Amino acid sequence: MSSPPPLLSVRNLRVYYGTPGHPVRAVDGVSLDIGESEVLGLVGESGCGKSTLGRGILGLLPEGARANGEVLYGGRNLIDLPPKTLRRMRGPELGLIFQEPMTRLNPLMRISDQFRETLEQHERKLTSREIRRRSLDTLGRMGIPPTRFNQYPHEFSGGMRQRIMIALALVLRPKLLVADEPTTSLDVIVEGQILALLSDLKRNFGTALMLVTHNLGIVAESCDRVAVMYAGQIVEEGPARDVFAEPSHPYTRELLRSTISLDTTELHSIPGAPPNLIDPPSGCRFHPRCPDVMAVCPAKVPIETRPEPGRRVLCWLHGPESAIPPGGTQPLEREAIAVAEEA
Amino acid sequence: MATAAAPIRSLRGRAGVMALGRAVKPIREARGIARWMLWSGAAITVFFIVLALFASVISPYNFNQYRSGGVRFAQLAHPSSKHWMGTTVQSTDVMARVIWGAQTELKVVVIALAMALTVGVPLGLISGYFGGVLDRGLVLIMDALFAFPYLLIAIVIAFLLGNFQGVLTAAIAITVAYVPLYFRVVRNHVISVREEPYVDAARALGARPRTVIRKYVFFNVVQNVPPIATLNAADAILLLAALGFLGYGIQPTQGAEWGYDINRAVSDASSGIWWTGLFPGLAIVLLVTGLTLLGEGLNETINPVLRRRRFGRIEFEAQTPGAITIEPLVEEDEQ
Amino acid sequence: MAGTSLRTYLLTRLALVVPMVLILLTMVFLLLRVAPGNPIQAALGGHVPAAYVQQITHRLGFDKPLYQQYGDYLWDILRGNFGTTITDNRKLSQIITQNGAATLELTFFAMLVAIVVGVLVGLVAGRYRDTPLDVFGRLFGIVVYATPVFFLGLMAQLVFGVWLNWLPTSDQASPLTQALLKTHTNIFVVDALIDGNWSALKDVFEHLALPAATLGLTTAGIFIRLIRVNVIRTLRDDYIEAARARGIPEHRVVFHHAFKNALVPVITVVGLNMALLLGGAVLTETTFNWPGIGHALVTYLENRDYTAVQGIIVVFALVVVAVSVLVDFINAYVDPRIRY
Repeated sequence: MSSPPPLLSVRNLRVYYGTPGHPVRAVDGVSLDIGESEVLGLVGESGCGKSTLGRGILGLLPEGARANGEVLYGGRNLIDLPPKTLRRMRGPELGLIFQEPMTRLNPLMRISDQFRETLEQHERKLTSREIRRRSLDTLGRMGIPPTRFNQYPHEFSGGMRQRIMIALALVLRPKLLVADEPTTSLDVIVEGQILALLSDLKRNFGTALMLVTHNLGIVAESCDRVAVMYAGQIVEEGPARDVFAEPSHPYTRELLRSTISLDTTELHSIPGAPPNLIDPPSGCRFHPRCPDVMAVCPAKVPIETRPEPGRRVLCWLHGPESAIPPGGTQPLEREAIAVAEEA
Repeated sequence: MATAAAPIRSLRGRAGVMALGRAVKPIREARGIARWMLWSGAAITVFFIVLALFASVISPYNFNQYRSGGVRFAQLAHPSSKHWMGTTVQSTDVMARVIWGAQTELKVVVIALAMALTVGVPLGLISGYFGGVLDRGLVLIMDALFAFPYLLIAIVIAFLLGNFQGVLTAAIAITVAYVPLYFRVVRNHVISVREEPYVDAARALGARPRTVIRKYVFFNVVQNVPPIATLNAADAILLLAALGFLGYGIQPTQGAEWGYDINRAVSDASSGIWWTGLFPGLAIVLLVTGLTLLGEGLNETINPVLRRRRFGRIEFEAQTPGAITIEPLVEEDEQ
Repeated sequence: MAGTSLRTYLLTRLALVVPMVLILLTMVFLLLRVAPGNPIQAALGGHVPAAYVQQITHRLGFDKPLYQQYGDYLWDILRGNFGTTITDNRKLSQIITQNGAATLELTFFAMLVAIVVGVLVGLVAGRYRDTPLDVFGRLFGIVVYATPVFFLGLMAQLVFGVWLNWLPTSDQASPLTQALLKTHTNIFVVDALIDGNWSALKDVFEHLALPAATLGLTTAGIFIRLIRVNVIRTLRDDYIEAARARGIPEHRVVFHHAFKNALVPVITVVGLNMALLLGGAVLTETTFNWPGIGHALVTYLENRDYTAVQGIIVVFALVVVAVSVLVDFINAYVDPRIRY
C-alpha cells in the first residue's frame, strides 16, 4: 500500500547553537514526516530540543545557530534555500505560533493593521474589502468578534491574543503550522479552548499541525501521531493512541508514569537531570536514567527499529539482536547519581 | 573578644574579594567593541590623571608664570619650540595652563562627586527603604530639582556663595546639581531590590533594617554606581568648564581652568588667534570622551541586557553510518 | 472614547504639577533670601546714598516681613507679574517676552538640528550594530557630547566667521534688519515670514546658522545614544520575531515595526533634554552674543541684580514644568498603553 507522499520530510536534521566552547547539539540527527492535514505532537522535557526542531523547520533560528540536513517541502530542501525564498514561504506555506502571546503583537498597531500588513505582503492582488472580509472571517472562527477588529493588542486578554496570533497565522491558509508550546502560558480553561481550535484545523482549514509541547495530556487528546524527543533525538514515534497505550521506549513509559492524573496515588519522577547537550552521554543518551539499562546501552549508539508497522523506536530493548554483542543484554546497575546532580 | 572578631573580619574580607572577582569577570570577558571602549577610555583617563598628579613635574612652566629668568614671555605667540601651544595675551604658556588645568578639573570633580555620593546615596537608601512621609517629601524636592538644568542650579549656587569663589565653591555648586541624580538612581534601585524575595526572606528571619540594607541592598545597588559615577564625572567636567567659562568657580589666581581660558580666548578669535582656545578645548573634549568611553564600556560589560554573547564556529561532522535509515519512514496502515 | 481618557489623563497630570511648581517657586524664593549681604546694596553698588537704597528697598517690598513677601511673591506670579529689576528698572515680563522669544527661536532650531542628526545617526548605528558604521556613529555621538558648546561655538566663529567669512558670528540679526523688521511676535523668523520679508528672513537664518548648529550638534549626542539602544532593544522584541515568522520582509520589519517603536521614547527625551538645552542656551547665547534670556540671566548675575535673577529663574522653572507636562501628554497620545 502506498500512502500519499508526506507534506514535510525531515532527514538527519542537526541544529547546533554556537558557544565560546563546543556547540550545543540541540537537535542531533532527527528524521520525521508530517502528512497533509495531520496533527503531530512533539513531546519531551524542557531543553530536549523540541522547540529548536520546530523553529529549525521554518528556518527561524536565533543568531549563532546553524542547521544541517534536509527539510524537504514541495520537493525542495528548506535548509539550502536562499533566505528571501524561504521568507516568502513563511506565511502562505509554513506558519509558526509562539508561546507567549502577550508580547508577540506590536503594541502600537491595531489588530486590523496587523492583518492588513500580513495579507498585503503575501497576496498583493487583494482589495481592502477582501482583506477585511478574510481577516474578520478567520478571526470569527477563532471566536473574536468583528467589533473588536480595530482595537489594540493590550485591550485583549492572553487567551484572546493567542487566538489572534493563530488567526494571523491561518489567514494565509498555510499548509503546515508549527505551534511552539502555544498554551503553556495560559490557564487550563483557556488552554482547552485553544486546543479545541487547533485540533479543528484539519477540518476547517486542512492545515497540518506540529504541536510542540511538554504536556502529554493534550497530545493524547488532540494528536494523530506523537514523536517523543530526548536529548536532541527522536526516541519513539507512532500513532498517539498506540504509543500511549503501549509505549515502547522506557523514557516514554517513565514520562507517562510521571504524569499526574486523578488516579495518581504517589508521585513518580525520572531520576537524574536532563542531559548535557554539549557533551551528551555515550551510546544511548538515556542510559544514565533508564530503569531498564543494559550493558550495551552506554557502549553503542542504538539503531532505529520498527517494532510494529507505523511505529519506530530508538532503543536496544527492541534490538536488532544481531547488533548487540554477547553479554550486552545483561542489566546494568544504574549509575549512582550524585545528589548534587539532581535538579 | 579578639578571637571572635578575627574570623568575622576575614570572612567579610573573603566575601569582598569574591565580590570583586565576580564584578571583574564580565570585564575580562568583554568582547570586541565594549572591550575597546573600556580600555581606550581607561587609557585616556589615566593619562589625564597622571597629568593632574604630576603637573608640577611635567609642565615646563607654572600656570600663572609669565616670565622666566627675568625675561617676560612673548604675548600671544604662535606655537613654537619654546612654547609648544603658544602663549596667551597675559604671556602665560598655553600648554602649562592645559596641564595644570587637568589638576584643577580632576580635583574639583573628585571632591564634588565624593560629596554628591556621600549625600545622595545614603539619602536614597534610607528614603527608598523606609518610604513614608520622609520619602514622599524628599522625592518631591529631588524631582523638582532634577528637572532643572544642571548649569542653572550650579550658577545659582555659585552666585549665592558670592565672594567665596574657589575650588570648594565650584565643588559645592556641582554637588548640589548632582545629588538629586544619585538620590533618584539609588532610591529606584532600592525600591526594586526591596521587593525581591531574598530581602523579604531576610526580613522574615528577623534581620534588622540596618543589616538588611547593609548586606543585601547596599551591595546590589553599589554595583551600579561605577558606570554612573564615571559618566557623571564626564558631565561634571563639562559643568565645571561651563562655570569657568561664565566666570564662576575657580579664580585665575587659584589655578588654571580650561573653561575660563576659552572665555579669554573669545576676544582673541576676532584677530584670528586660534591656539589660546583650541588647546584647552581639545583637552576638555579628550578627557570627557575618555571618561565617557570608560563609563559606557563599563556599562556594556556589566549590564547583561546589552552584552553580546560570543558564538563559536560550528562544524558539522560527517554522519556516523548506519545511525538513521534513509528510506521513507513509516508505512501508514491507518487513515 | 479615546478622547475622554486622554482628557482625564491631562487633568490628572496637571493636578500633580501644582505641588512641584509650588516647591520650585518656594525654593527659588528662599534661596535668594538666604544669600549673605544686603541684596539691594549689592546690586546698586557701594557708592549709592543710603536714602536711595532705602527707597528701592521699600519699593520692591524687601522691608516687609518674610511671610508677607512670600505671599506677595506667589500672588504676583499668579498674575503674571515677575517683578522689576533693581539695576535698570525694567519690568521682568518685558524682558521675558523680548529675550524669551529670541531664546525660543534659538532653542527651537537647535532642537531641530539635534533631533535630525541624532535620530539619523542613532537609527543607522542601531540597525547596523557592531559594524564600522555603528562604531563611527557612537564615537561621533560621544565626541560631540564631550565638546563644550562654547568651545564648538568659538571654533565655528573662527572658521566660518573669521577665516571663511561665510556667516555672522553674533547677534540675532544685522542692525539694518532689526531696524526694518516689524515686531509681531518678537521671534524674528516668524515676523519675517509674516511680512514676507525675504531678505530679512535670509539675514535672520544666517545669524541663526552657527548658534543653532552648535547648540544642536552638542545636544545630538544624547539622542544618538538613546535611539541606538532603543533600536537594538526593539529589534530583539518578541513581536519582531513573530512578524518575521509571518514572512514580513526585513526592511519593513526594521522600518515600520522596529524604528517606529524605537522612536516612541524620543518625545520623552526631547522633554528631558529641554533642561540640557536651556543650560546650553545660556552658554550659546553668551558665546554668540545672542539676546536671549540666558544672556540676560548672565548679565544680571554679573550685576548681582537679585530680583531680575529671581524672576528669570522662576520663568525657567515654569517652562521646565510646562515642557514636562506637554511631553507626558504627547506620550499618552502616541502610546495608548500609558493613559491611566
